Amino acid sequence: MLSQWGFVLMLSAIAVIIPVAAITLGHFLGPRRPDPIKNQTYESGVETVGDAWVQFRAQYYLIGLIFLIFDVEVIFLFPIAIAYQGLSFFSVMAAVTFVLILMLGLFLEWRKGALDWN
Amino acid sequence: MNWSDAVIQFQYDLGAPQELSWLVEGITYFVGALILAMASLTLALLLIWITRKVISRIQDRIGPNRLGPYGLFQSVADAMKLLSKEDIKPTSSDTVSYVIARVLAVLGVLMSLAVIPFGAGLIGADLSVGVLYLVALGSIGIMAALMAGWGSNNKYALLAGFRVVAQLLSYEIPMVLAMLAPVLLVGTMSMQGLANAQSLYLGPINLGFGWFIFVLPGAFLIYMIAALAESEQTPFDLLEAESELIAGFHIEYSGMKFAMFFLAQFLNSFFLGAIAVSLFLGGWQGPFAGQVPLLGPIYFFAKTFFVYVVIQWIKGTFPRVRVDQMMQFAWKVLVPSVLTLLLAQMIIMKLPLPLWLNAIFVLVANIVVVVVVLNVLGNYFKREQVRSKRAFEPTSLIGTMQPVHPSSGD
Repeated sequence: MLSQWGFVLMLSAIAVIIPVAAITLGHFLGPRRPDPIKNQTYESGVETVGDAWVQFRAQYYLIGLIFLIFDVEVIFLFPIAIAYQGLSFFSVMAAVTFVLILMLGLFLEWRKGALDWN
Repeated sequence: MNWSDAVIQFQYDLGAPQELSWLVEGITYFVGALILAMASLTLALLLIWITRKVISRIQDRIGPNRLGPYGLFQSVADAMKLLSKEDIKPTSSDTVSYVIARVLAVLGVLMSLAVIPFGAGLIGADLSVGVLYLVALGSIGIMAALMAGWGSNNKYALLAGFRVVAQLLSYEIPMVLAMLAPVLLVGTMSMQGLANAQSLYLGPINLGFGWFIFVLPGAFLIYMIAALAESEQTPFDLLEAESELIAGFHIEYSGMKFAMFFLAQFLNSFFLGAIAVSLFLGGWQGPFAGQVPLLGPIYFFAKTFFVYVVIQWIKGTFPRVRVDQMMQFAWKVLVPSVLTLLLAQMIIMKLPLPLWLNAIFVLVANIVVVVVVLNVLGNYFKREQVRSKRAFEPTSLIGTMQPVHPSSGD
């Protein structure tokens, strides 16, 4: 069973080599006529003004944070799901409570308006 | 028995020395992975052709029809063209994330090949954590899009990067929770185990119709909607809304670098369909797949291509949603319904009832969720239809160019 990960290792190596090889090939096959205007970032044909790295809205940060909370809790649900058929009554109650707390958190975020996009 | 065990055993039978087992296994895995990756690259060319054909038929066009039979070689010609394009790198971009992003995009997609069961014993690596592995890989694709958006130092690309956070992260949650439902039902995360569990025996004969969609239609619906959003297909293609963002996060990538993102996107929507097939639509199971192993891959690819064509059909017919509608739908409809579904399934599975009665209760809970989600979607599209009709009415100001108050003439 452990040696099955050998396949994953090989596949990951190939999955890195394929894009690198394709891009390198494209780099050498294509023409190379750089000029300063061409190497600017594209801005609908007009001259590029300043950096794009600006302050962004806090809403995106909030969504990222909510995602983080949920993703970690979802990962905890997977072991519960695997062992579910052999769980005792007490453990089942604990699992159900866990999902209930997850839902409670979601409704709290909803009430607080973190899910509203404006 | 898995294909790799069979091949390794075959090599030992031919006289390969037992003490060099690491070499034998390594070569076997390497050749297997190489074949799988190369086949998926060829598949991407076919997928692009299918997409173009389906979309053109929906739009009353013929689509590519010049190169080869039915225009099959059009995508090969396009790949050659992209190969001969100039490799432009904007000077003000952030080199590290700009370079890594395109590799990560392909890596995250190709790696998911390892756990897709194409047939009985035909799975790259039958990992015991297969579903969790797929969940982890889903985040790599998001990372790649985010890095491309940020690293390009382009305003449009950065806006697309923001939308990656809004869309892909939001739909990741309902997708993962929907994938949890079959895992909870069977109690294994191995993809081959999940495919095996979807058999239906009538005496000794495997009818292969114990598909989880018959028990978990709600989870399937939520998975498909979330997968549409994850694969950046049209109702949810805000990441590359051409009229707003020009091209999206890959705007600064030219030639082969662009092709890599393109490849990743097409393969991603196919693999999400393949995961849907192996989790909900029976995988390689079908009538007599247990008796004739050759039928397994045929059933699998038939189902997966069917799901892919349905995804393209949706792509060709639905209008794009707004960002606030999309976010609200994910967090206020999909996540609560899938959590309720899981809760109901957990409680029902522990009720001291016969198995078939449990299955019926789970089905009822799923049907309730299907009705709720479809109702919300139906109301939304009805409202949008009324809105767009109103905009084109003769009395409407939009489209008529009439001034609000006609001037008195002085």
